[in-house]
Amino acid sequence: MAMDETTVRHVATLARLKLSDAEIARMAQDLTRITDYITQLSRANVEAVTPTVHPVAAHDLWRADQVRPSLPRETATANAPESEQSFFKVLPVIE
Amino acid sequence: MHELLQLDASEAARRVRDGSVPAEHLAQAALAHARATEPRVNAFLDQDEAFVLEQARAVDRDRAAGKALGLLAGVPVAIKDNIHVLGRPTTCASHMLRGFVAPYDATVTARLKAAGAVIVGKVNLDEFAMGSSCENSALKQTRNPWDASRVPGGSSGGSAACVAARSAFISLGSDTGGSIRLPASFCGVVGYKPSYGRVSRYGLVAFASSLDQVGPFARSVRDIALAMKVMAGRDEMDSTTVSNPGPDYPAALAEDLKGKRVGVVREYFDRVPDRSVAAVCEAAVQRLKALGAAVVEIELPHADFGLHVYYIVASAEASSNLARFDGVRYGLRAAAENGIATYVNSRGEGFGPEVKRRIMLGTYALSAGHYDQFYGRAGRVRTLICRDFAAAFARCDLIASPCAPFAAFAAGAKADPLSMYLCDVYTIPSSLAGLAAMSLPAGFDAQGLPVGLHLAAAPMADDLLLASAHALEQDLLADRTLNLNRLPRGLQG
Repeated sequence: MAMDETTVRHVATLARLKLSDAEIARMAQDLTRITDYITQLSRANVEAVTPTVHPVAAHDLWRADQVRPSLPRETATANAPESEQSFFKVLPVIE
Repeated sequence: MHELLQLDASEAARRVRDGSVPAEHLAQAALAHARATEPRVNAFLDQDEAFVLEQARAVDRDRAAGKALGLLAGVPVAIKDNIHVLGRPTTCASHMLRGFVAPYDATVTARLKAAGAVIVGKVNLDEFAMGSSCENSALKQTRNPWDASRVPGGSSGGSAACVAARSAFISLGSDTGGSIRLPASFCGVVGYKPSYGRVSRYGLVAFASSLDQVGPFARSVRDIALAMKVMAGRDEMDSTTVSNPGPDYPAALAEDLKGKRVGVVREYFDRVPDRSVAAVCEAAVQRLKALGAAVVEIELPHADFGLHVYYIVASAEASSNLARFDGVRYGLRAAAENGIATYVNSRGEGFGPEVKRRIMLGTYALSAGHYDQFYGRAGRVRTLICRDFAAAFARCDLIASPCAPFAAFAAGAKADPLSMYLCDVYTIPSSLAGLAAMSLPAGFDAQGLPVGLHLAAAPMADDLLLASAHALEQDLLADRTLNLNRLPRGLQG
């Protein structure tokens, strides 16, 4: 399955990932080879088979709804590229 | 090398507890050895001597004060750098997390510390644990202690290399598709991937949450069992840990192989391109037989699709998990003209080529118009693989196979991403089904490089797996012609 550069650009936009022109050309080649390989899955007969999304049967777990100590704000923001008081500081998202 | 470093962790901890060896001496020996070997091995991303010695002195103070010491008292343990150690960097070997300092301990770290372990440092990995050779680290190139021109395997390459080099008694890694077992095989140490749900993932940087599992590396199965006793069990911070507390791992080792049934898939051995690798694994299976196990041929008809399923499922989950790296709360923030561009530019600058490839593949596999063909179908084939294993484990207790098609390869030999993915062909199916699995050193190939035997057991049969591996290990070690415990030749002289 050939992955063209237009598709690569579209997927990069969905993934919020900046790629240079050189990276896009390389990515198109790599993803073409990889998707060629993984589409061999079409040979498996999966009719009436339910998907497995997790190896352990998941079930809901409950605990008492009590407030517990959590990460202090100054600790939570300590790794932030930019913070002010106890907030993460970012550039405007909505103009 | 200091003779203390030849001990196993169980014995070292015993000596620290009885006062014959101060924890500080043990830590000093490990640090001095790392200083001598690191120029050749390059496993550590962070090793702070003051931090290490302070932990050791705290153990010695506890002993002096008459406090009971834990199972790992004074034992130097290294941690893969995608697992948090409070106050130390967590980089995931990525430019994205340069400068990040862990704000809390992972549950596994906290449990190791509570047992008296001394954290000797953070070790290298493929960036965000994505790779099979450790060459995808953006920070450092770790070398195989057996041959510095070769890779240590990945992604937990630093964890395997530092234990092989004797710079740590035990290390932690994480295994998503083989990231503990493959480097263990390449470096000649024991690498254990517990059943999914046995060990908490809290404080492990998530890669593919339905597959990730933290596990130990050590030089003996006994030390693996000791680490499991300390680390495993329910954690309320990780809802996927199972409620069953699990076996007493060290006690379980007493069980022998008599009456056990070992399943083998004939083609897995026949297909190995390097016959000297296949011969080591076949000889190990013969030993299992001589120790009283019955060998039965089994089939796993859908396991050949494991690699295909894995690269869809793991990449899809990674694309979602790695969305958190957006330059807002932590990690690299690139220059940008607005908020959205901050995300786009930071991710473009922070992530390396393999991480970008996986994010792109995963995003594509989950995107409108492709979901059914890729992610949907992969989940269905995963069910078929799980069913194959369930049928196999009705006929056998263990499955034995080569861990990898080859021993450690030369750095730079697998530049093509797909050829790198194929390294994990024998380890991936058991990850998809959540099995307990490990690589056990079984001998050496024609070039004198270590070869691991892959052993797997049904989910939650960790005790049976460790006991069987222990019995085989004792038999291998007793064979003087194998000289299995020899020091890696890259460290000699």
